Amino acid sequence: MPEDWPLWEVFVRPRRGLSHTHVGSLHAPDAQLALRNARDLYTRRQEGVSIWVVPAAAVTASSPDEKDAFFDPAADKAYRHPTFYAVPEGAPHL
Amino acid sequence: MTAGSSTGFDRLLALGDDALVMAQRLGGWCTRAPEMEEDVALANIALDQLGAARLLLGYAGEVEGAGRDEDALAFLRTDREYRNALLAELPDADFAVLVVKLLFFCAFQRLRYATLAAGPDERLAAIAAKAVKESAYHVDHGAQWTVRLGDGTDESHTRTQAAVDELWPYTHELFDDEPGLRPAWLSTVEPVLAEATLDRPADGWAPRGGRDGQHTEALSYLLAEMQVLHRAHPGARW
Repeated sequence: MPEDWPLWEVFVRPRRGLSHTHVGSLHAPDAQLALRNARDLYTRRQEGVSIWVVPAAAVTASSPDEKDAFFDPAADKAYRHPTFYAVPEGAPHL
Repeated sequence: MTAGSSTGFDRLLALGDDALVMAQRLGGWCTRAPEMEEDVALANIALDQLGAARLLLGYAGEVEGAGRDEDALAFLRTDREYRNALLAELPDADFAVLVVKLLFFCAFQRLRYATLAAGPDERLAAIAAKAVKESAYHVDHGAQWTVRLGDGTDESHTRTQAAVDELWPYTHELFDDEPGLRPAWLSTVEPVLAEATLDRPADGWAPRGGRDGQHTEALSYLLAEMQVLHRAHPGARW
């Protein structure tokens, strides 16, 4: 029976104005009970004001094998950071 | 002691014992629920019940004025001195019985606490106002599982209907102190049973006696387990 319970990923919003953040995963037979299990497992100490649960099967993840191709090319492209650019004189709010 | 304060003491004992016995029954499920997540959920509910029991019994001890604190009331009374309704003490033969009991009992507790939260006794109202929010979640948990088990497999449906049939007669006693709450309780419970494709039993046999200290043998065993440590080692602490 328990092996029939699918895995769910849990996202909690710590407080109003912040984004939902991944906090962990759990097993539950369906979405409504996943939400309740998440409440019991991840918000016992007032960690949040809102919860999302997502079927783990619905998450498409990048593969560790693709790590080099995905992420390394960004390493030497300093011009992608705003600090790379000098702010012109007289444009304080740029 | 006046009759009035004695009545207050008995009422607080009934409320506190309901919560304490529910807590002990729920605690027995820890590590035995169908899944680890459910272990945690039931333990959470057990601790909510225990928290309410401590506040209620602590207050009862003060009202009684005989020097008994929450521990003395919890650990040093016999079954004949307990005032919980019979429904709380009935053994949970399987998960279905637990789930249906959770629905039936906590739906009652929520209504009772809601009434008390608006009552004239400020201390009791504050305890009830805290407990009523917790109760709402307990009812939801019982209802969610009742629907899934009732409208689940043939096996789960059969077991859950059996649990409903077994526990239904014991729900009458819950409303002896406040009969006006039963219609509201029915309007909570009946739609859940209908959604769960479960038959709502006919009203008939209505065992009672818990409020007078006349319990089933199940309470003696429950108390023996709950009290043995304190009786062997008075005042023992973790």
